[in-house]
Amino acid sequence: MAAPAAALAQDPAAPILRIRGLAKSYGATRVLGGVDLDVPRGAIVALLGRSGSGKTTLLQLIAGLQEPDGGSLHIDGTDMQGVAAFDRPVNMMFQSYALFPHMSVADNIAYGLKARGMPRAGRQQLVDWALDLVRLEGLARRRPDQLSGGQRQRVALARCLVMKPAVLLLDEPLAALDRGLRADVQRELVGIQRRVGTTFIIVTHDQEEAMALSDFIAVMEQGNIVQFGAPREVYERPCSAFVAGFLGSINLFDGALTPAGPGRLQLRCDDGPLLHLGAAAPGNAGHQDARLRVGVRPERVAVERTATGMDNDFPGVLDSLSFVGNLSHAVVRLAGGRTLQATLMNLAGAAAGALRPGDTVHAGFAPEAIVVLPA
Amino acid sequence: MKAGAAGLSLVERLTIGILLAWLLAFLALPIAAVGALAIHPVQDSIPPVGALFTTAGGQLQFHGTARAFRMVFTDGLYLHAFASALLNAALTALACVAIGFPFAYAIARAPARHRNFYVLLAVLPFWTSFLLRAYAWIGMLRDSGPLNGALLGLGLIEQPLPILYSPAAVLLVMVYSYLPFFVLPMYAVLEKLPADLLAAAADLGARPWYVFRTVTVPLSFTGIASGAILVFVPALGEYVIPELVGNSDTLMIGGILWDEFFQNRDWPLAAAIALVTFGLLMLPALLLRRSLAQLGGFQR
Repeated sequence: MAAPAAALAQDPAAPILRIRGLAKSYGATRVLGGVDLDVPRGAIVALLGRSGSGKTTLLQLIAGLQEPDGGSLHIDGTDMQGVAAFDRPVNMMFQSYALFPHMSVADNIAYGLKARGMPRAGRQQLVDWALDLVRLEGLARRRPDQLSGGQRQRVALARCLVMKPAVLLLDEPLAALDRGLRADVQRELVGIQRRVGTTFIIVTHDQEEAMALSDFIAVMEQGNIVQFGAPREVYERPCSAFVAGFLGSINLFDGALTPAGPGRLQLRCDDGPLLHLGAAAPGNAGHQDARLRVGVRPERVAVERTATGMDNDFPGVLDSLSFVGNLSHAVVRLAGGRTLQATLMNLAGAAAGALRPGDTVHAGFAPEAIVVLPA
Repeated sequence: MKAGAAGLSLVERLTIGILLAWLLAFLALPIAAVGALAIHPVQDSIPPVGALFTTAGGQLQFHGTARAFRMVFTDGLYLHAFASALLNAALTALACVAIGFPFAYAIARAPARHRNFYVLLAVLPFWTSFLLRAYAWIGMLRDSGPLNGALLGLGLIEQPLPILYSPAAVLLVMVYSYLPFFVLPMYAVLEKLPADLLAAAADLGARPWYVFRTVTVPLSFTGIASGAILVFVPALGEYVIPELVGNSDTLMIGGILWDEFFQNRDWPLAAAIALVTFGLLMLPALLLRRSLAQLGGFQR
């Protein structure tokens, strides 16, 4: 906050949205507990969290539809304190799309321009540009109720983009669509964003959607952003068991660190297994005998009839095997009693096809597959 | 209107059947009876009308006459009464819109847990007899009443205002009486207005007044129209209020009709006035249907 606003605005590397200590409570319930967030210019950022994690509240605070209790919010270098929703360089695409049912597609898109007093000619030009952008040229005269779900979503998007906002907020943009449509609409949404270069902030509770759509994911839990990073980084290096579990499944191990030769560490798990951590272990010479929690993603676990040849190899019995098409989900019960989840690709001639529940198997994973999860 | 008669279940047929029977017995038949009465010849007898058909020498004779309708449409008295009633009803409806819309809007925007209480307050007057409330207004408005007392006490007027027994008093009491009929449907529509749409308009840069003009009012137009008609229709035929707080200049259809029927014993003329009134009342209802059709399918 030390830099003057003007300097921030001129620097293209400065974040388009800078949030510091943003807090909000409803009565005694704290919904946002002092959020910090920098959103890079031109990026797609996903706010990912369960319902009640505060992600929608954060979105509404950015849009100015609610007032924060504390903290600051700068958009393109300008402090938004006391700036009403209708004066912010931010637009929101609502989950319901909130299209005006009594106006045509073209009038919906022109609404914001008209509200700001733009003359008809200029409006028409921008509306045509937006219709072209979302490929709805032929539908300008239709009413919203004459459109499909995907078309309505594109009208809502065009209605926002025509305002040329500094930041576009999208509240669960795909939630109202059929599952079959989502993959296409996702691709299209990213395509449009790449063309216009507007910064997108997308609220979603669907981790796959967040990973597929965004350049960065901000994982929210109980009113705080617990991790911010690129999708792969957040998935592979989750900062907590919660984040790890929220972005897919994970096998968790709790135990105590024990030395295993020079530069090598082992984890003596509370429920039996001894894990070789290898080089993947934390920079942790001082962590001997320390408690540690680690995780292994199911797709990093191999299941075979004979020893897997991996550093971490455990004999066990195949508890269950569920076939979901391209993948099979296996649960292996280890000798000590704990179970291990494994996701197996169903390639031609893959082992999973020959396995039956009750079979004696080995489950194994490499030390590199182990993720250390800070408590 | 959507589904054809085919494919209706027994329960649906029965429900529609009951409705049709009701409309036939209490709407179509009475209108037909009034229509028939209107073309009867007048005659000094009990009842004061002659037969519509007689048989003289084996010949069936028809004595129907359009005299009553001719009188309604040519005599200045009746035209004046219709015009004055239309004006009065329109003013009442307009005032109810002007007062009732903010009223309903305030209830719809109040916290959800308070709304039912406010609605209750709005309909509370219905718990007292309408006549009692009208008489209470006489007390309020008369020269020695609390209104004039307050105005005199404040030194705003020197003489008591002769409000009672004036057209202003009629309008005042009619607006007071009919306001809930506007507020309730208006509230029902405003309450269902999706908050998302208002937020989206604000988000797109529209100031509150612009949002109100371009989103709130167009989307609650059905509420305005149906509420206004609910006020206009009974106001057009209002009889009691002008009798109680109006003067003899306040020509209302209800009063004229009463006089023709009971004083002049001209039943056909009274029937013709009733029919023309009915026609006038159908007009706004038809207009409403057209405007609803134009608004298209946005109504949920």
